[in-house]
Amino acid sequence: MSGNGNNELLKVEHVTKLFGGLAAVNDVSFTVNSGEIKGLIGPNGAGKTTLFDLITGIQRPTSGKVYFKGIDVVGMRPDEITSLGMVRTFQTIKIFEGMSVIENVMVGRHSRTRTGLFSSGFLLPRSRKEELETFEHSMRILEMLGLETRAFDAGTNLPYGQQRLLELARALACEPEMLLLDEPAAGLNPYETQELTQLLERIKSDGVTLLVVEHNMGLVMNISDEVIVLDYGEIIARGAPEEVQNDPKVIEAYLGSGIGNAKG
Amino acid sequence: MVLIIVTLALKKSTGLQWILSGLTVGSIYALMAMGFSVIFSSTRVINFAQGEFSMLGGMLMYTFSNRAGIPALYSFILSVLIVTLIGAGFERLVIHPLKKPSVITIILITIGLSIFFRAAAKWIWGTDTLAIAPFSGDKPFKLLGATLVPQSLWIFGFTLLTVVLMFIFFNRTILGKGMRAAAENPEAATLVGVSPPATSLVAWTIAAALGASAGIIIAPIKFVSFDVGVMLGLKGFASAILGGLGYAPGAVVGGLSLGVLETIVAGVFPSGYKDAVAFLVLVIVLLLRPQGILGRQEKLE
Repeated sequence: MSGNGNNELLKVEHVTKLFGGLAAVNDVSFTVNSGEIKGLIGPNGAGKTTLFDLITGIQRPTSGKVYFKGIDVVGMRPDEITSLGMVRTFQTIKIFEGMSVIENVMVGRHSRTRTGLFSSGFLLPRSRKEELETFEHSMRILEMLGLETRAFDAGTNLPYGQQRLLELARALACEPEMLLLDEPAAGLNPYETQELTQLLERIKSDGVTLLVVEHNMGLVMNISDEVIVLDYGEIIARGAPEEVQNDPKVIEAYLGSGIGNAKG
Repeated sequence: MVLIIVTLALKKSTGLQWILSGLTVGSIYALMAMGFSVIFSSTRVINFAQGEFSMLGGMLMYTFSNRAGIPALYSFILSVLIVTLIGAGFERLVIHPLKKPSVITIILITIGLSIFFRAAAKWIWGTDTLAIAPFSGDKPFKLLGATLVPQSLWIFGFTLLTVVLMFIFFNRTILGKGMRAAAENPEAATLVGVSPPATSLVAWTIAAALGASAGIIIAPIKFVSFDVGVMLGLKGFASAILGGLGYAPGAVVGGLSLGVLETIVAGVFPSGYKDAVAFLVLVIVLLLRPQGILGRQEKLE
């Protein structure tokens, strides 16, 4: 926690979000270092998704600061934050309807391409070349996720588990330095969850930093270097997965609502 | 309806005449409807100044080609360019600086803008109806028994070219895909890096260019005056609603259908009823099929 500025990729400082008089997120501070996977857990309504919204610019914190790569991102638009290299996925799937699988991924390259209206409008060679590069890059991402055979199907025709992967592919197309995943394993069967675990390890080994909200304890405990536990908008515990699992406060917060039933 | 079909069957050549004339004016409506569609789909705003872009296009064309004697092609390019800059400039200078404007605020601003443009045009060009020479002569020719003026071919050709270019832009370029993504799901689009201000600027630029072109190519047939934008805008709007607002192929289908329907009604009934068709269509579509012919049901947030 001492100020070594070099390794800190994301720094959240005393962030609070009030809805009326109620604090959905209350004085939360933590840092995520480059190259690590941080798990964010907590019972339903603990404020995890709100915290994601505050970090990615969807909502503005009532008070507090969020720094990404040392840049104050509070007040920036989500697309500006994405362009900085911090990309998120959603708890509920948001695939672009009416677009094929590959097109969904190509849109993710939007912030990494520079052709303006003029050159794409006039179909200059530069625009053609960029389109082709984007296509190839997107195809490689689909291959990595095993979706390449569905590239030209409508995105919404994929089974649920593959739609989740498609969202991940779209996020990866933005070439993120940091990925924020909101319940990536929601609705996946145990086999798919296993595959996702390996995939996240691979993404990490490619140098992407991850912040993962997840209900599946097995997944979180498996992949996370450190786990933060949120309850009623406040951090009640943090540390290595095994420490957190045995923390009495955490067990209390979850009592009757999960940790006992969670598949390890 | 029955009456129309019977009449069509009785007079085949008349039927074809109506359809070709209808497609001519329908092409213009289609271009207008695409203008409405592109702004609506990326910003949820109806731009009530869309018709004024056409009027300005026609007026500038008149000034450059008739007054200044610049060749038609250059006048066309120059006029479209100026109106496009006006559209883009308006987005940048008026809409962009607004902090979190509501959709209704922007719609009211566009109404204000249309009134301003009409007043400005009245001041600059006066209230006369101005004629523009057709691009390549005005000698009518026969096509399958129907009579057409050469300008109709220019209109068909230009509309076809525009539709193809729009298709390529929205399907084959990253920028176009981003625009579609923003139309589908604005929140998810911004999270993959599609910038709402950029999308809005591109939409206004395209809409202004479409409006100006439509106003210029129809001018040799219908003339131009400071108030032509009102009717053109409303017909384009009705076409966009008919085909499915926010959906580009719908705009084309809506425009062509309305053009043909209008011409048939003008042929069967006294032609004064012609303008009522668009509004009747508007009311019927909004009552029976609000998403339009091709449109998908809008999902509520």
